[in-house]
Amino acid sequence: MKIKRFFKTILMIDFVSGLLIAIKESFRQKKTINYPFEKGFVSPRARGEHALRRYPNGEERCIACKLCEAVCPAQAITIESQERSDGSRKTTRYDIDMLKCIYCGLCEQSCPVDAIVQGPNFEFATQTREELYYNKDKLLENGDRWESILAANIKADSSHR
Amino acid sequence: MPDYASLLFSEVLKILMLLIPVLVSVAMIVWLDRRVWAFVQKRRGPNVVGPFGLFQSLADALKYIFKEIIIPASSNKVIFILAPIITMTLALISWAVIPFSEDFVLADINVGILYLFAVSSLGVYGIIMGGWASNSKYPFLGAIRSAAQMVSYEVSIGIIIINVLLCVGSLNLSDIVKAQENVWYIIPLFPMFVIFFISALAETNRPPFDLPEAEAELVAGYQTEYSGMMYAMFWLGEYANILLMCALGSILFLGGWLSPIDIFPFNVIPSPIWLILKILLLFILFALVKAIVPRYRYDQLMRLGWKVFLPLSLTWVVLTAGYLMYFDLLPGN
Repeated sequence: MKIKRFFKTILMIDFVSGLLIAIKESFRQKKTINYPFEKGFVSPRARGEHALRRYPNGEERCIACKLCEAVCPAQAITIESQERSDGSRKTTRYDIDMLKCIYCGLCEQSCPVDAIVQGPNFEFATQTREELYYNKDKLLENGDRWESILAANIKADSSHR
Repeated sequence: MPDYASLLFSEVLKILMLLIPVLVSVAMIVWLDRRVWAFVQKRRGPNVVGPFGLFQSLADALKYIFKEIIIPASSNKVIFILAPIITMTLALISWAVIPFSEDFVLADINVGILYLFAVSSLGVYGIIMGGWASNSKYPFLGAIRSAAQMVSYEVSIGIIIINVLLCVGSLNLSDIVKAQENVWYIIPLFPMFVIFFISALAETNRPPFDLPEAEAELVAGYQTEYSGMMYAMFWLGEYANILLMCALGSILFLGGWLSPIDIFPFNVIPSPIWLILKILLLFILFALVKAIVPRYRYDQLMRLGWKVFLPLSLTWVVLTAGYLMYFDLLPGN
């Protein structure tokens, strides 16, 4: 046994076989994707950037019930509300501090009207901190931009809600 | 006077014609290293900057140039700044004696290999000075390790070179290549080639012998306190050294600029290309080893150097000398 091991060491059998495997494997299919040019699969449940949705007629969904503000464990959401001239309760301020947010998805779950949702977008890095203090305009704009995907995702996941 | 000026000018031009390709190929070799490493791990590696990501190293170099150089307050500033300069200078001046073809060599001195050996021995000073002047624990430990490691493996490399010199009978690198016209020394001295390759890995602090900069233990070893251009100079020097070791390996064992067989399609290819191809082949081996072998423990490294390689290469010197004596093949007789 010792002699066998001696020859194995001297002839570097392990090293050579490892080298051959390395050469063989380096010509196989790559396991990584070419990221900025090709994107990986994103689940419909992905908890990415927040968005405030609207009804198809353009009316904001949010009814300022403040459930999301209450449930937010990081206290990242700030809401102020007022009665509108037509008697409905709407938000006058809806801020999310994206730097405080821990992306737990509780705001989305607590929302009774599917107004605040977390979309599939995870590429919203910015140069400054200030750009990540989202206000109502920014969130509504996000909702308008991602609406088709957001609606499809909610529909795809509806059987689990 | 104008004679001296034109002489100086032509010499500087010659030096630049050697140095600029070397520096460019160092940048390319870093890219190749990362690429081979990525391929073995089934990743893509740098592939965005330029065609196939070839300009990645240039982009990195630009980044280093524009970064701030931080000099620690407690460091010895003169030595701290001198260390990367020494490392890079020593890595580059050794290229003067490398013959790229029969008549394309900057300094065709008759003790070329001795010069190479002396310069690569001095290389440890850059590392020790960097580690010592940083006045910080990780660089210091890294420098100590590196010094011990380089000294240990220098010994076996020296004895391996003696093997080759016994067969050649000259210290001139061009003569060493010319002596391999009939058979490359990798065939009669194959075990020495293997030991040379492994010692070269240790000598240039490449994985699996990269203990001086073992990330998990020593952050980045002697480079820890360096930033910006000074770090880049260490990095350039390191890769220039690796390239030099590959060149030395191909000159000593793979027949330098000679083509493998002297028949039509091969012997029309210019000789520098053959040397470059051999250097590339050795470097790809360097990169593959980095990808497949785990890092050695420090005592294993020292055991390998002193208890395995030193006796083995010494024995081989005796065998080679005896063989040459017995069959009366000694050169110069």
